[in-house]
Amino acid sequence: MLRKVCLAAAIVAVTAQPLLAASGVDPQADFKAFRKYFTERFPKVPLNDFVNGPYSMDEGLRKQWKAIDEFPPYEFAVDQGKQMFETPFKNGKTYADCFPNKGIGVRQLYPMFDEKSGEVVTLDVAINKCREANGEKPYDYSKDDMAALTAYMAYTSRGKPMDIKIPNDPRALAAYKAGEEYFYTRRGQLNFSCASCHVQNPGNHIRSEVLAPALGILNAMPIYRSAWGGMGTTSRRLRSCNSQVRGTPLSAESPEYRNVEYFLSYMANGLPISGPGARP
Amino acid sequence: MHRNLIKLAVAASCLTLATAAVAASADDYKAAAAKAEAAIKAAHAARNEWTTTADEMKAAKKAADAGNFDEAVKHAHEAEALANASIAQAKEQEKLWPDAVIR
Ligand code: HEC
Repeated sequence: MLRKVCLAAAIVAVTAQPLLAASGVDPQADFKAFRKYFTERFPKVPLNDFVNGPYSMDEGLRKQWKAIDEFPPYEFAVDQGKQMFETPFKNGKTYADCFPNKGIGVRQLYPMFDEKSGEVVTLDVAINKCREANGEKPYDYSKDDMAALTAYMAYTSRGKPMDIKIPNDPRALAAYKAGEEYFYTRRGQLNFSCASCHVQNPGNHIRSEVLAPALGILNAMPIYRSAWGGMGTTSRRLRSCNSQVRGTPLSAESPEYRNVEYFLSYMANGLPISGPGARP
Repeated sequence: MHRNLIKLAVAASCLTLATAAVAASADDYKAAAAKAEAAIKAAHAARNEWTTTADEMKAAKKAADAGNFDEAVKHAHEAEALANASIAQAKEQEKLWPDAVIR
């Protein structure tokens, strides 16, 4: 174990990334190992298909999905989100003024590390920052307005490869590491980590649901779920994953959730955005 | 991990049995609830609370409101034990999580 760590540190040092060596964090190595794990465990699943969550794991579900997707249940949210996106704020500005490329086709860049605040900014947080900067009230991170806006923004980014950057900044590396820790930490009375379900058991059933693989698990967000009877944001999804193991959810977009999103999205780099998704 | 949880659970049931022998009073409940609240606060600070802890506290309050202090004390003790177990889990996981990382 120690030898491995030392070896990794030595390799990193040789490739002249002193920050990484000092912190013992190596996102590139994690990325390689993570991808290898999933592609070797599911050799029949095409790499780009992992972003379809449970459908990538189960033939029966996939057929059901193809049928659902003829009249996508998230279409209403996308239309609504488009309208919201294009409607100017009271001060005359729009969301386009807050985002790179005027907010079109940019979903794959989030979460983004913000060098000014030293924090991870998810797409949902960026939307609320934009609203507040323009004198508007922030949206509830778990509710329909946020789901509709993010659904539209994801829709304009479909097929674009996830493109998460970890700048050579100790705060960015610390956020990444904290996200990794949150992902692998067991919690709740049932003593499960995110990895217990989404690394050890993808494809297996839990009650009536098929577990999605952790690789590309955020690419389809936000999602319409029949079980919810509507759309759900990333916050809604993560909070319910905590409750399932009898862990009290944190507040939406708390640092832990943002960081785990940063970690998982970095693991998904290169895989296409597939959101918004539809789930049984 | 599991062993620690079990130990705590056993300790909690022993406490429950010990206090059940004599009928509990409102003051007993207050004392038990205060201890549970302190443990819950610590679990909150450790960012690792369990939903079942909150459920036990609710049940404790409900029983106390109905004047059933035996039951109320029992639930408060249970809540305290669960809160402490969640803190123990968080501490243990700080060391253990790296073992689960895909390498
Ligand atoms: C007890 C098992 C369990 C644990 C632990 C768990 N989840 Fe989930 N998760 C589920 C189930 C069930 C679903 C719905 C079916 C599916 O898509 O996997 C789900 C869905 C998701 C989805 C949506 C996937 C999609 O394509 O629809 C994301 C994202 C997610 N989980 C992230 C997490 C994260 C992050 C954690 C850790 C904080 C976590 N989960 C912990 C069971 C779990």
